[in-house]
Amino acid sequence: MPETTTPGAAEAAAAPAKRSLGTGPGRLLVTVYGVFTVAAASRSLFQVIAQFEVAPLAYSLSAVSAVVYGFILFSLVRGGEGARKAAAVSCALELIGVLGIGTWTLAEPSAFPDQTVWSDYGMDYLFIPVVLPVTGLMWLRRARTATA
Amino acid sequence: MIDALTIAVAVTALALAAWCGWATYRDQPTKDWHFIGMAVVSLLGIAQLVIGCVQLARGQSPDEGTAIFVAYLLGAAACVPATGFMSLSERTRWGSATVAAGGVVLAVLEVRLFDIWGGGSA
Repeated sequence: MPETTTPGAAEAAAAPAKRSLGTGPGRLLVTVYGVFTVAAASRSLFQVIAQFEVAPLAYSLSAVSAVVYGFILFSLVRGGEGARKAAAVSCALELIGVLGIGTWTLAEPSAFPDQTVWSDYGMDYLFIPVVLPVTGLMWLRRARTATA
Repeated sequence: MIDALTIAVAVTALALAAWCGWATYRDQPTKDWHFIGMAVVSLLGIAQLVIGCVQLARGQSPDEGTAIFVAYLLGAAACVPATGFMSLSERTRWGSATVAAGGVVLAVLEVRLFDIWGGGSA
């Protein structure tokens, strides 16, 4: 009787075929990455169109961060081992970006007439940009060991 | 008028975040009562979007520009409904955590909206 099959059992049967990265704690991660993708993308889009000449470097870096967030979001939603690896690499890239640009903005403020998303280690965004990739990497690591 | 509404949305959003955070802590998914709470906050957000647009139509202009103001209004109106739907398909504590995060994000958006409009001075 197919009616008695619980949704949980169906998910468990489908899991080995395509590992889900966006359920359970991953759902929260998808939400936060979604928020940051929208925030960074709309912010950099507006700044690049309306006032690019004010701070070209800062706005370009914001656009890069928007692309990184978007890619991680896409990978988390897609699921599967390939997406998990791609997401892990981009999370590492994101962490390097936050730390690198955070240090750069503190060391050479004159190069940045305006803020980027990752300025001062993401202080404008409650330091979530520096916490997010670490959380992401931990989740992706657990998603691997859970089925290995 | 719009300042009072902004503060009301921010306060209710934080209350919703605390409520759903409590559900997360107690390992519970979002229940009917939570969805009623989300509906209230969402309605306030949509009312804010409408009133904001009416204010713009009446010739008032926000301190930091119309485009940014409208973008934030849209984001604020969409925030809680979007996380609500996420929690509908995630019937665990993490669905509650998602709505809690949405509430916090909405509160932050309201703080920014207050600045963008030039709250207090206008």
